[in-house]
Amino acid sequence: MKNQQSDKKSVKESNGSGIQKNALESSLYSSHRLLLIISVIGLLAACTIIALLALTVGSVAIPFKTVWQVLISHLPFVHLQSNWSSTTDMIITGIRLPRILLAGAVGTALSTAGATYQGLFRNPLADPYLIGVAQGAALGAVAGFVLPWTFGGNYLIPIMAFAGAVIAVTIVYLIARVGKTLPMTTLILAGVAIGSLMMSVTAYLTMISADKVQGILSWLMGNFANSNWDQLKIISPYIVVGVAVIFIFARPLNVMQLDEEQAQQLGINVERTKIILLAAATLITAVAVCFVGTIGFVGIIVPHIVRLIWGPDHRLLLPLSAITGAILLILADTASRTLMSPSEIPVGVITAFIGAPFFLFLLRRTKKAVF
Amino acid sequence: MAKLEIENINLDYGQRSVIRNLSFQLCPGELLGLVGPNGCGKTSVIKSLSRVLTLSSGRILLDGKEVSGITRNELARLIGVVPQNPSLPETFTVFEVVILGRNPHLGLLSTETARDIAIVWQAMERTGITYLAKRRIGELSGGERQRVTIARVLAQEPQVILMDEPTANLDISQQMDILNLITGMCREKNIVTLIAIHDLNIAAQYCTRIIMLKNGQIYTEGIPAVVITAENVREVFGAETTIYPHPENNLPMVLPNGNHRQVKIVN
Repeated sequence: MKNQQSDKKSVKESNGSGIQKNALESSLYSSHRLLLIISVIGLLAACTIIALLALTVGSVAIPFKTVWQVLISHLPFVHLQSNWSSTTDMIITGIRLPRILLAGAVGTALSTAGATYQGLFRNPLADPYLIGVAQGAALGAVAGFVLPWTFGGNYLIPIMAFAGAVIAVTIVYLIARVGKTLPMTTLILAGVAIGSLMMSVTAYLTMISADKVQGILSWLMGNFANSNWDQLKIISPYIVVGVAVIFIFARPLNVMQLDEEQAQQLGINVERTKIILLAAATLITAVAVCFVGTIGFVGIIVPHIVRLIWGPDHRLLLPLSAITGAILLILADTASRTLMSPSEIPVGVITAFIGAPFFLFLLRRTKKAVF
Repeated sequence: MAKLEIENINLDYGQRSVIRNLSFQLCPGELLGLVGPNGCGKTSVIKSLSRVLTLSSGRILLDGKEVSGITRNELARLIGVVPQNPSLPETFTVFEVVILGRNPHLGLLSTETARDIAIVWQAMERTGITYLAKRRIGELSGGERQRVTIARVLAQEPQVILMDEPTANLDISQQMDILNLITGMCREKNIVTLIAIHDLNIAAQYCTRIIMLKNGQIYTEGIPAVVITAENVREVFGAETTIYPHPENNLPMVLPNGNHRQVKIVN
């Protein structure tokens, strides 16, 4: 490559025109955009195929063809002769489809939030739970399990978890603020401190209520066992808006990889950008965990996988992390419901089981600078 | 062409005042050197002019227009900064860093056009780093990194360039390369350039005019021969030196007076 470029350079110097080099450089850049489009289309296709395959497996195996026919029969203006039972229809559209879509939505939210936090903090170890979202959500959820509250019915735990997450992050934010600025180191330290405080209360509440430990543990590990369409309808608008806002700020996030001072000198309103991105990433994390619990490792490993393959540009990194996160969590959830069927392994156990070895692999690779 | 006027600026950190009633002007094509001992406020002046630090009082005018009223994006189109030891993302390629310089010219939702890419290319050509385009930052030497940052600022197409110790940590040949690049740029594009520099010899050789700061105030200013004198260096830096004219161009050279150890020469 170097030789090729210096050849171009000598050509340019001999005829005194910059056309060849500009053409080379333009192609360097347009190939970058082409890569984005091809990768997005490829990954979306992979995601769709994986989701369709996931619909076929479970305690009852359903042929791929039937899955197709059932899905098509639900499209408007389509009338198919049904040669499958209503139970099959129920399993596909009532149980598996919402569960798979929910896993995809949560995977998208956690991975996008993880990539955002890693970019904002310029730290490869940052994950969506860095500034207290998980600990706040856990405390809220456990309080919902333990305390004799009855409001909200089925939604008591999600409401409590969401409130806990938002309250925790708000406290961390208010503590970390110095005048008009928000120093990132203070934010992480405040997050760690508040997180530990909340974890101790969570542990205490869990300990004093032995009869509810099963439900609490299941939430803390994360699972999609109770997924339904209503949950998907509630969380997806927030995830769509939050992820869209983050995508819009991809280029500012690239500029902020220099450092805050240089970003300001390149026209970025650093404090405003930080707040918008933190708010969006926190919101999608909080809605992602409120129904399904705190699923670990997805938010930290997915951006790293994407960075290893596609490089550090956030305009590639963010959208591709979003899709890869969906794929990974759909796979993990499928494993969680099929490996020990009919009983379920919490999905958090699966992601951590894949995530921890992968993380060690990354640590070994750090010599080659993955971040 | 741009003219930068600084009128009575003051900057305080809490109780401590870092810049006091500083006024000076910068004209197009001029290379102004800002010298003074460590802690005299050189970096603070650059950070105030690029609005990283907020002034306590005073005005900065660019072509008679006050800079404090405009947005950060507009400011970034006018003033480009090469900070002292800028941190660069290690895994970005050189091209990916230089193209960040186009940021102030782009809207939130727009992407770089062929014209932006051509400008980025020219900036890399001028700084002699085209062959590094696809190389990662982590693989570069100190001098190459400095060129990347200068290219990034050129891609910004500012009318004013501020540099904070652009030659710190570089060897003598790299220092000269960078400064020849800056002076060439200054002359050709008629850019207003201010460099904060602690090396008095380098300042004397390359700057058209020098401002010597002491405790955030101007101690003296003028052409190198007027500013770089033994008395001024003693007053401002507290150092005993001998000033000698450069044999080639008569510009002042600062020679430190050692502690006069007598060396006995045998024979």
